[in-house]
Amino acid sequence: MKKLHRRSFLKGGLAGGAAIAAVGTSKHAEAAGSFGGYPDSMGVLVDLTKCVGCRTCEAACNKEQGLPAPDKSFDDPSVFEEKREGGLPRRTTEKAYTVVQKYDVPGREHPLFRKVQCNHCNEPACLTSCFVNAYKKTPEGAVMYDPTVCVGCRTCMIACPFYIPAYSYSSAINPVVKKCIMCYDTRLKFGKPPACVEACPQEVMTFGKRKDLLKLAHQRISEKPEAYVDHVYGENEVGGTAWMYLSDVPFDKIGYDTHLGDQPIISYVKEFLAIVPMVLTIWPALFTGFHLLSNRKDALKNEDNKS
Amino acid sequence: MGGRKKTLMGMAALMLLTAPAGAQSWAADGPGTVELGSLANHYSAVTFDHAMHVGVAANCAECHHHTTGLAPTDPNCVRCHEAGAQARSVACKDCHSDKRFSAEDLEKTGGNPQLYHKGKPGLKGAYHQKCLGCHTTMGGPTGCQDCHTRNDQGDAFFHSGKYAPAPKASGGHGGGH
Repeated sequence: MKKLHRRSFLKGGLAGGAAIAAVGTSKHAEAAGSFGGYPDSMGVLVDLTKCVGCRTCEAACNKEQGLPAPDKSFDDPSVFEEKREGGLPRRTTEKAYTVVQKYDVPGREHPLFRKVQCNHCNEPACLTSCFVNAYKKTPEGAVMYDPTVCVGCRTCMIACPFYIPAYSYSSAINPVVKKCIMCYDTRLKFGKPPACVEACPQEVMTFGKRKDLLKLAHQRISEKPEAYVDHVYGENEVGGTAWMYLSDVPFDKIGYDTHLGDQPIISYVKEFLAIVPMVLTIWPALFTGFHLLSNRKDALKNEDNKS
Repeated sequence: MGGRKKTLMGMAALMLLTAPAGAQSWAADGPGTVELGSLANHYSAVTFDHAMHVGVAANCAECHHHTTGLAPTDPNCVRCHEAGAQARSVACKDCHSDKRFSAEDLEKTGGNPQLYHKGKPGLKGAYHQKCLGCHTTMGGPTGCQDCHTRNDQGDAFFHSGKYAPAPKASGGHGGGH
């Protein structure tokens, strides 16, 4: 009796091992399974060397998205000195989907200005972290959010590696997540650039197909190697983003996280998530089967013994 | 086009005739002032003192690149535009699109693998990058309203002037200031 049990246990162990091995091999195939972004999606290349900090982009965003009036005029440079908790510069809020930050870089003649908004990742962490599928990546490149299905868990705000989604805490009745949608509804859908891009007097931002922008970015660096650091931020970060950046100052000096890695955030949990359905569906059936099998043999044996 | 060129040549000839010998520079055939207003929206048109800038700039190529027939100043440009071929027109708007990022512009730039000047700025970008770039290094005016005054529409856009937000009553939430 005991021997039979051990054998069935070993058989089960073997089958389980094979199943785990099968999951293990998927690790190597992971790159092929990665989404990598829509082929013809649009993007924006931001050349930080050109920004003069006029905040016209902020004004354009406010108008296009119908956001509430700002606390200070959009031509008021005092906002650059505002600091939030931890001495950090201002961030995106429910009332401002884009903000310009100022960095005084030692050795640089003029301050560097940096526009912050949703980077519209190829494989967004907000999207993959959302358990009600409130997020959508459109083929045009925008990461959209549907407030009608959102349950307000705010996991997306924690998942976002760029700290972009904001929450309308001011609304007691129906608080929702607020963030840049690349002007999808009013412009991107119709092939037009986002309002900030069009409003910028300095043409800091170049709008186009992401793959074309990458070529342009590297062309700019190779033509003026002394004017840029040899890094297109967003080309590979977290699996690539629709918004990408060129700078003359190393990115880690101006508030960019350069330790995010090149894998989409989902990759770090993909293997675990692949096991979940197996554990939940295959294991109960499998082990019930083993149990019944051994029980049946035991029952047969008992009957044999009886007869 | 031909008409304008004729007028320009006529002007140049007239200037050559009237100016004292030797004092005439090659740049003097440019216009005195240029009204830059085709993009005016939130700001008034800029009355650009061309004659004054001719005196300040090292040469025409500083702003007009290779189009005036002079060698461009940027070594990257010289690789192809060695001598600088005289263009049909030297106006900014004839090369820099005032419909940057429109579908046709994207098709023309992104869709053409042969095109080298993929990142050529549009008209607004060209104006501001050239003017502000030079003003910054030469110590010229750099404030928005130093060159063009903002109109009522612009004030509304920037929530400034009479559209400025009312100062927040102190003691509001957050307890900022």
